[in-house]
Amino acid sequence: MSINRREFLKGLTLAGGSLLFFPACKGNISFWRVLTEEEASLLTAITEQIIPADEDPGATDAGVVNFIDKQLSGFYSGLKDSYRNGLEAFQDYCRKKTGANFEALAWDVQTGLLKDLEANRIDHPYWEENTASRFFSMIRNHTMQGFYGSPRHGGNKNYVSYKMMRIDYPHVIGRNIYTPRSETLNIYQP
Amino acid sequence: MRNRHVNAVVIGSGAGGGPAAKELANNGMTVVLFERGDWQAFDEHNDDELCSQRTTVLGNAYGPDQDKHWRVVVDSRGNERIVYPHEGGYNNNAACVGSGTLSYGAMAWRFMPEDFRMKSEYGHVEGSTLEDWPISYDDLEPFYTQAEWEIGVAGADPQNPFVPDRKKPLPMPPFEYNLEGRILFEAAKRKGWHPFPIPMLRNSIPYAGRPACYRMRTCVGFACPVNAKCGTQNTVIPVAMATGNCEVRTRCQVAEIMLDDKGRATGVKYFDRFNKPQIQTADVVVVAGSATETARLLLNSKSKLFPAGAGNNYDWVGRNLQGHAYTAAFGLFDDEVYDDVGPGACIAICDFNHHVDGIVGGGLLANEFIPMPYLYTGTRPPGAAGWGKEHKDFQRNQFKKTIAVMGPFQEIPNFESRVSVDPAVKDFWGIPVARLSGSRHPYDRKGCEMMSARAEEWLLEAGAHFTWQRIGGGPGLSGGQHQAGTCRMGNDKKTSVTNRFGQLHEIDNVFVADGSLVVTNGGFNPALTIMALGFYVGHHIADMWKGTRLKS
Ligand SMILES: Cc1cc2nc3c(=O)[nH]c(=O)nc-3n(C[C@H](O)[C@H](O)[C@H](O)COP(=O)(O)OP(=O)(O)OC[C@H]3O[C@@H](n4cnc5c(N)ncnc54)[C@H](O)[C@@H]3O)c2cc1C
Repeated sequence: MSINRREFLKGLTLAGGSLLFFPACKGNISFWRVLTEEEASLLTAITEQIIPADEDPGATDAGVVNFIDKQLSGFYSGLKDSYRNGLEAFQDYCRKKTGANFEALAWDVQTGLLKDLEANRIDHPYWEENTASRFFSMIRNHTMQGFYGSPRHGGNKNYVSYKMMRIDYPHVIGRNIYTPRSETLNIYQP
Repeated sequence: MRNRHVNAVVIGSGAGGGPAAKELANNGMTVVLFERGDWQAFDEHNDDELCSQRTTVLGNAYGPDQDKHWRVVVDSRGNERIVYPHEGGYNNNAACVGSGTLSYGAMAWRFMPEDFRMKSEYGHVEGSTLEDWPISYDDLEPFYTQAEWEIGVAGADPQNPFVPDRKKPLPMPPFEYNLEGRILFEAAKRKGWHPFPIPMLRNSIPYAGRPACYRMRTCVGFACPVNAKCGTQNTVIPVAMATGNCEVRTRCQVAEIMLDDKGRATGVKYFDRFNKPQIQTADVVVVAGSATETARLLLNSKSKLFPAGAGNNYDWVGRNLQGHAYTAAFGLFDDEVYDDVGPGACIAICDFNHHVDGIVGGGLLANEFIPMPYLYTGTRPPGAAGWGKEHKDFQRNQFKKTIAVMGPFQEIPNFESRVSVDPAVKDFWGIPVARLSGSRHPYDRKGCEMMSARAEEWLLEAGAHFTWQRIGGGPGLSGGQHQAGTCRMGNDKKTSVTNRFGQLHEIDNVFVADGSLVVTNGGFNPALTIMALGFYVGHHIADMWKGTRLKS
């Protein structure tokens, strides 16, 4: 399996410390357009829960976080704060509840926490005004868009979801569906 | 530079405006056809699901522009919010040459005679403005024919016993059914119903210099890559231009109809593609901006004689906003029912459109257009997982085993479902925006329950092992892609906006020629009827035109 972006980055920072092509700004190095490395790593874990890898690739392999990050610098730029503050609050909640970051938790524990988020069963000051379920469904919808939408937006890498659903792509013009009209016209007449 | 005076301006180049402009230009009138959007082609947006006209999460491929257009929506509790064109509440159709007819699903329905006399058929419905049209099916019949031949429809009417009389057959043979269609056909026959191929504004054979459709899955919501879909942008508008009488002026936002002291229109004010204010004078003004924008434009055109907006002294402009209460059922099958023959929708029945016991109106039922993968993520039975492994499994295993049957229930119009202009919010150019409020009539739910139940029966008969309903018509804003009704035609100026020719009761050189005229919206997708109305209104203007002015 390919190394994902997070592990790749981790490797880089461990190996280099201060690599020449990075500006030296204390731990804030991020390959992403909008997200910080911390946010991206949490979001990677959440989106992977939403579409987990099995015999077919999951959200991480399809580049869903790349999709979200790209949209946050474009069409979804108005949602930057919702992501930033929501992710921070959710991580904070996870730490208080379990003593660890969401990413570090066992799969089923993660699933449980997201179900709580989805159902507004979350006790955290941030969610008093911003309902937790709305935050969850935003990420859920964007994950689906990134996984099932067109690759031109940064997700669905190599059309993985189309392959999974066995939808031919590209769609070849003039391929195989010309049946002679004379045969078809009369078949279904009542 | 001042614009040269013309005989007529037509505002909006969609289903209604295109045919109207063509009628005027062909009869020798000089015309400027205004369109706030631009000419569009497939290549720009390709088959990108997330930015199409059907799924707009990343914007509308074919307009309008997010940065310049927004509306105010008022919910049932009176809360107001600003909505943008990619959000559901905005009620978008499109903004480009052709408007919705560039990217639509292209179902091409004639309304039934009953649709033109709903009140006579069914009597008064409490809390509604259900009414008869001032014209009958027979009045519109020649113009349906004109739309079918000049824009292009493929179909096989004789297979539908409920189809109204026609004088001339359709110009193109029907499309063959895809696999779903064949399965549903047999099932409908077993139930004693009357299935038939959906009439479509798509070339089933080469027609009018354009090729036949090759049946893409990405059709509804997208422009056609080979131009086999028939809209106004590739039929009547080029014809109008070829006369030399019609200029299509794109990326121009008409702000206001100018009215003189005598209560007549003298032309329009608009913002050009560089956002500069301009004036175009004309003898006749034809408004065809769609149900929402037509009402907005009239309401924004005030004068001493019309302090509440052009033609609005009796407060009917913008009223009776209606669309369709879409209602559905879904079925899962053991075997694959998907053969990738687009656009999907191909078979319909009209057995539950009128003359159903205890139901006012009704609607057609048809199999649905192929859902693209993201859209399909929302196709789940109640209670099914919305994410995680189970959701993914469903997507993987059921996509090719699902059939959806749905239909547009004919909404019962009401006075409070409306378009007005917002007192505070202005658009990019400073023009007051449309404000949408009110709700569907509660009756619609009942009709939708009936239709979803029939749709589910159909799927069970077809062999579905698991089915569920998605019943539409609940309370909420009406309108949507099938928006209509906001400038009702009628015989009484106190209870309608235009006369039977689409001419404002109160301003004799202003006409409406789009979905706004519709008194009731039929149990059918409305585009062909709107095209017919465009031809009809255009024809009457040309008839009244005396070379320099309108005959009164
Ligand atoms: C994805 C999709 C699928 C559809 N499928 C079907 C279908 O299968 N069958 C069917 O019957 N119908 C279908 N429709 C609906 C159909 O397209 C509409 O009912 C029809 O186009 C409405 O016609 P209209 O003339 O009232 O308005 P429109 O066609 O919307 O035309 C209005 C035009 O006016 C322009 N305009 C508005 N205000 C101004 C202004 N102030 N200045 C300049 N220009 C202005 C707009 O930009 C627009 O181009 C579909 C629509 C969509 C979007």
